[in-house]
Amino acid sequence: MSRQQVQRIGFALLALAAITVVLPILLVIGNIVVRGLAAINWEFLTAMPKNGMKAGGIFPALVGTLLLTLGTAVVCIPMGVGGAIYLSEYARDTWLTRAIRLAIVNLAGIPSIVYGLFGLGLFVLFLQFGTSILAGSLTLAIMTLPVIISTSEEALRAVPMEFRTVSFSLGGTRWQGIRNIVLPQALPGIITGIILGLLRAAGETAPILFTVAAFYLPRLPRSPFDQTMALPYHLYVISTQVPGMPEHIQYGTALVLLAVVLSMNLVATLIRSYFRRRRQW
Amino acid sequence: MRGDTKSGKRNTELGIRNTESEERKTENVMMSGEMVLNPKIRIENVSYAYNGVLALKDITLDVPACAITVFLGPAGGGKTTLLRLINRLNDLVENTQMRGRILLDGQDIYAPEVDVPSLRRRVGMVFALPLPLPGTIRENVLYGPKLAGIKERTRLEEILVRSLQQAALWDEVKDRLDDPANRLSGGQQQRLCIARSLALEPEVLLLDEPTSGLDPISTAKVEESLYQLKRSYTIVLVPHSVQQAARVADYAAFFLMGELVEHQPGKALFTAPRDKRTEDYVTGRFG
Amino acid sequence: MHDTRGRWMEFAIEALIRVLGISTIGIVLLIFAFLLREGLPVFFQVPLTNFLDVRWYPTFGMFGALPLLLGSAFVTFTAIAIALPLGVATAVFVREVAPNWAREILKPLIEVLAGIPSVVLGFFGMTFIAPRVREILGAPTGLTAFTGALVLAYMSLPTIISVAEDALDAVPKSYRDAGLAIGATQWQTIWRVVVPAARSGIVTAVMLGMGRAIGETMAVMMVTGNAARMPLTLDSFFRPVRTMTATIAAEMGEVAKGSVHYRALFAIGILLFVVTFFINLTAARAIFTKRRRGGLR
Ligand SMILES: Nc1ncnc2c1ncn2[C@@H]1O[C@H](COP(=O)(O)OP(=O)(O)OP(=O)(O)O)[C@@H](O)[C@H]1O
Ligand SMILES: [Mg+2]
Repeated sequence: MSRQQVQRIGFALLALAAITVVLPILLVIGNIVVRGLAAINWEFLTAMPKNGMKAGGIFPALVGTLLLTLGTAVVCIPMGVGGAIYLSEYARDTWLTRAIRLAIVNLAGIPSIVYGLFGLGLFVLFLQFGTSILAGSLTLAIMTLPVIISTSEEALRAVPMEFRTVSFSLGGTRWQGIRNIVLPQALPGIITGIILGLLRAAGETAPILFTVAAFYLPRLPRSPFDQTMALPYHLYVISTQVPGMPEHIQYGTALVLLAVVLSMNLVATLIRSYFRRRRQW
Repeated sequence: MRGDTKSGKRNTELGIRNTESEERKTENVMMSGEMVLNPKIRIENVSYAYNGVLALKDITLDVPACAITVFLGPAGGGKTTLLRLINRLNDLVENTQMRGRILLDGQDIYAPEVDVPSLRRRVGMVFALPLPLPGTIRENVLYGPKLAGIKERTRLEEILVRSLQQAALWDEVKDRLDDPANRLSGGQQQRLCIARSLALEPEVLLLDEPTSGLDPISTAKVEESLYQLKRSYTIVLVPHSVQQAARVADYAAFFLMGELVEHQPGKALFTAPRDKRTEDYVTGRFG
Repeated sequence: MHDTRGRWMEFAIEALIRVLGISTIGIVLLIFAFLLREGLPVFFQVPLTNFLDVRWYPTFGMFGALPLLLGSAFVTFTAIAIALPLGVATAVFVREVAPNWAREILKPLIEVLAGIPSVVLGFFGMTFIAPRVREILGAPTGLTAFTGALVLAYMSLPTIISVAEDALDAVPKSYRDAGLAIGATQWQTIWRVVVPAARSGIVTAVMLGMGRAIGETMAVMMVTGNAARMPLTLDSFFRPVRTMTATIAAEMGEVAKGSVHYRALFAIGILLFVVTFFINLTAARAIFTKRRRGGLR
């Protein structure tokens, strides 16, 4: 066999690997879309579940997921972006900075179920928030923090150093340079990172298992100290915990969750490519 | 980051003997053949090191007001470093050591009570490459004044027009002030950067090879505006060629490997260099 | 000029930013502290030998964690064995070989995979993969270690691919040119020059993928069948298995707060925390050396 033939076969194998990776993705999405679409109608989205969840809609789960995502955003956006600004603009290469980076890397690697344990220990029990939207949001926020910090830091660092130098040379303080130039320029990247982080939070089940999620609660939450249903947990419940569950409701729920997450993904991608094209540097 | 300004401690840091340099200071001034009375900037025995490696060795030099002083010399001579020390832009570089003093109007700019942002407004800087900030032409010019807290519309408008005129750019951009700055040509961008510095009404303008990226016509325009500006500003220029230095210099200083070899008024440095090394450089016999 | 109120605002903002940056360390410590606080007491309530036993029957006071530990390890390593070749090959394909249009399709799809919630993948695994596994094997159930590993492999693929891609990207172009210049084919250059040069990055990729796999909960719980048995024989691939994460998720909801069982689950959490900590520590080394940036700040 000639070297060219080896190369051709090799490349074909690589392509095959790539196809093996992406085909199942299409299969998952296609399967859920096709089988879930049958369940989707206005009532499914806006009605309370009935009959031990075997009928009715998923409204409280949908609302619960939106509320949790919102709560997560409120906490982790300022913390994450602030932390990223610190790392990119203020921190020097000291042992403290290295410790912070190490902390972030490890936060990113902690299993989501361990976040759930932590949330249970700190927010639910120790701080006595109880199983509540507050406890769940805080848990999800801490889980999302490293994602937002690292993507935001990357966006900040991508802004050319020279802009900061120019700002300094024109009598700007460090913060003025950040405020007026660095942050606006990094904003699209930061927003993309935030959406990607929140999308993960919206789809997570393990951290909310013991901190907020209600098995079956056919009403809307009334306060931040209330429990709530949530889409991912609901899907888990109806696919493993309830015998005799109609299949179309399972697929419908999976589809809604998938749609929420993928549309956020799409928005992030669009923002990124739109601003990348318009960028002035 | 530079440490304190008192030289005694830092001498030992740099391993330079103090007494020696005191002597050399007077020697240096005599060598340059001219004492400027009331210089705008006085650089006194400045040594500067990056990570312990000396980039400037005991520089003593006066920069007179309302004239163009050029710093010339081969690459790595320390010209940029000295320039950036004059408006404290090198404060941003980590792990550096400095000793000696730099006086602006007789006042030590490294004294602890100095407000660095205000100092940088008094001493403007133009970089080797045109670096427009993201945003429009107008936003670029008014960036400094706005940070300085100027808010009145009329005042800002006035500043905009004046600085663009001073930088000889007004006629070319007056109809497109709200266009993105990066749509200008390279030469226009560089004059925009000059205008941006002038908007702060600085007393000193530092220019580091401002024409290195420009074609001859743009270069001529920039030089032309420098001639205009020197009437009211103190200008320090690192030229991008010996020819340019000879064209614009009122005073010229030759730097080699961190040392100030020679400093002369007028064109003397080009026509009658005292040092062999200067002669080699200006006649192009240098590597 | 810059007024004093502005100065104060600025001072306050900068102080806040510093606190936020440094607080990340506090959070990690806090997490560890709370795991210890809730989990550590169990070691005074139950003799250590009990944990090293092979039977996990908490209702009978048997906390043998070995099957869970081995279950996690078994599923994780199987998953990586699947994901490593697939992931590296895909990364090489995307970076070195694929035409632009293929790249434009592959990259967003892989990003989509990263975004699919694990519960959805678990659902798909249960309803789609497991029945097929059962049919093919003729086994009593399709909820097996292998099914779990397959789902996990796909969940760790986005991490592995993107980190490996970065590593390949960091290999200077001159290496490739040098390879081609001495007459090697592109294929030879890739495997003899580029991939070896990216080796440490690829190791990082695998470590991070492993960290992701070992910590995965919902999908694993839904597709592995959850029988706490020791996966020691070859047929373990096609029998149910139970992981540490799934155990916590499945049992924490039912235990009384403060009970021995509750603390035992937290103790498993400590173990998970420590294991992922070291995995990430190893992976982080490479990340740190890449981060350096000199000059002006
Ligand atoms: N940020 C820095 N970190 C470390 N060393 C530096 C830094 N900036 C400059 N140097 C060193 O200091 C010395 C003087 O550099 P400088 O840029 O001042 O020279 P220059 O005369 O402006 O040269 P050129 O004509 O190339 O611009 C050089 O040896 C350079 O390597
Ligand atoms: Mg220079």
